[in-house]
Amino acid sequence: MTDPILNIHNLTKRFGGNTAVSGINLQVMPRETLAIIGPNGAGKTTFYNMVSGRMQPTEGTVELNGHDITGLKPHKISRMGVSRSFQINNIFPEMTVRQNVEVALSAFHGYSRKLFNLASGNRKVQEEADELLNRLSIGELSSQRAGIISYGDKRLLEIAVVLATRPKLVLLDEPTAGMTPEETRRVTKLIRSLADSGDYTFLITEHDMGVVFDLADRILVMHRGESLAVGTVEEVKNNPDVKKAYLGEDEDDEDGEKEAAV
Amino acid sequence: MKSAILLGALVLTVILLIALPWVVPYFYIFIGTEILIMGLFAASFNLVFGYTGMLSFGHAAFFGIGTYATAMLLLHLQWPLLACLLVSMGMGALLALVIGFLSVRLNEVYFAMLTLAFGMMVFSIAHMWRSVTNGSDGIAGFTLGAFGLGIDLTLGNPAVYYHVVLAIVIVASLVLYLICRSSFGLILQAIRQNAERVSFCGLNIRLYRLAAFTISGAFAGLAGGMMAPFLRVASPEMMHWSTSAEPVLMSILGGTGYFLGPYVGSALFVLLETWITSVTQAWMLFLGIVLALMVMFFRRGILGTFLDWWLDKK
Repeated sequence: MTDPILNIHNLTKRFGGNTAVSGINLQVMPRETLAIIGPNGAGKTTFYNMVSGRMQPTEGTVELNGHDITGLKPHKISRMGVSRSFQINNIFPEMTVRQNVEVALSAFHGYSRKLFNLASGNRKVQEEADELLNRLSIGELSSQRAGIISYGDKRLLEIAVVLATRPKLVLLDEPTAGMTPEETRRVTKLIRSLADSGDYTFLITEHDMGVVFDLADRILVMHRGESLAVGTVEEVKNNPDVKKAYLGEDEDDEDGEKEAAV
Repeated sequence: MKSAILLGALVLTVILLIALPWVVPYFYIFIGTEILIMGLFAASFNLVFGYTGMLSFGHAAFFGIGTYATAMLLLHLQWPLLACLLVSMGMGALLALVIGFLSVRLNEVYFAMLTLAFGMMVFSIAHMWRSVTNGSDGIAGFTLGAFGLGIDLTLGNPAVYYHVVLAIVIVASLVLYLICRSSFGLILQAIRQNAERVSFCGLNIRLYRLAAFTISGAFAGLAGGMMAPFLRVASPEMMHWSTSAEPVLMSILGGTGYFLGPYVGSALFVLLETWITSVTQAWMLFLGIVLALMVMFFRRGILGTFLDWWLDKK
């Protein structure tokens, strides 16, 4: 058996008397896609924040490829091959779409320390940016200002920025939230193809059960900060605790509209 | 097409600036020198403000230490001016490194307050440390010697000194511009727009903020250094917090979104000050009105508003 890429032990976050995440244990294997589901307030984003270094855990440890990364700063964790997106679009609105990706590429390749090159004259970074944008099917937008492109395209752009630093572990926070059904299909297909490429391990939080069942190898169900169940799609679907607490009385409600509204 | 017109306008401006001492009244040579020096000071400030998104309220400290460095070297060691200015740059950078190290960890208003606080401390030191700075009298009575590099110039001649300042400001501005357009400069702009995203791209944003602050301090120090032969004195007022406000106002007047905005702001500021103070005492009232109107209606500044409009036009 291979070693897990991410090994999380007893991860806990308390805000004053309020426990947002409580004693999560999780092992994520290389190249798998693990979906994290749970109603709003279940602690999914707080969990991400601790794994990506945005928040310090109150208790517990996070190991990446056997290295303890608990409480490291975001830029250090990013350097170790973890990249994440945010629930709210997190891009550089005044830059062009291509420049957005160039920022991440310059950071990754170390050009960011160059004071006297011409950023707009860096062929290598430009070509790589165009390639990535084409892969995400937003290549034709490359010279548009990022702040004015459509919401769905912004989400795709953020995924391009996330992938630019060549991460091993990618944390996506509700990648299809607020998208039209057409955009959702586009993003799902894209993540599917990225996952199939075998280059990435994905953690995905998502409310749309259609997307979850389509993409996930395994699912972690969170409920009030706790891990309610972990397992394959079938295992989780048939888990009595999950049925009771999350999927609700109506088992046919697979598109998750109800949960999304909670 | 438009970039050719812009380049042409820029070349024309430089030619006019070179010709200035021969075409304007004697008095305006001084005005021109001041505009150039303050323009470089404002541009150095704008690297931190307009590009990186940090409002520094203590930039007079770096400007002032540059003035003191050149004045003291001229007074005590009679070094060539160019060497003095390099030391001014180094002193500005060093002071910015120290103050920046303690300040860049804070954001927005806290950063502004902390830089203001350090600026006040530096002012107090310049004011109180009489044995070194000569207190409120300042450093004066130095003579202008050689320029350096074996170039023979009569620096005491205002027209000659204006040309020296013009040459240095052009070279320094080119370097500063290159930094703004580099990959490093791109990262600084990314930090202004979304610092968190940059740190999640794997960069330590504090380090980049500190680097920008230090570079800015170096150019502010250089601008300050050129003030010493111009004013013939280095006094604590140059480090007063009200001097820190000047590059802020100039950058906003000209426009923080374009590299040349602060220079335009400097010209506007100095000329308005000159003209208005010649007819009324109420310079601050008029400055206040102009500034209020700018912030309410032309937030992108004079140059910024014009270029936005013109570049948008088909």
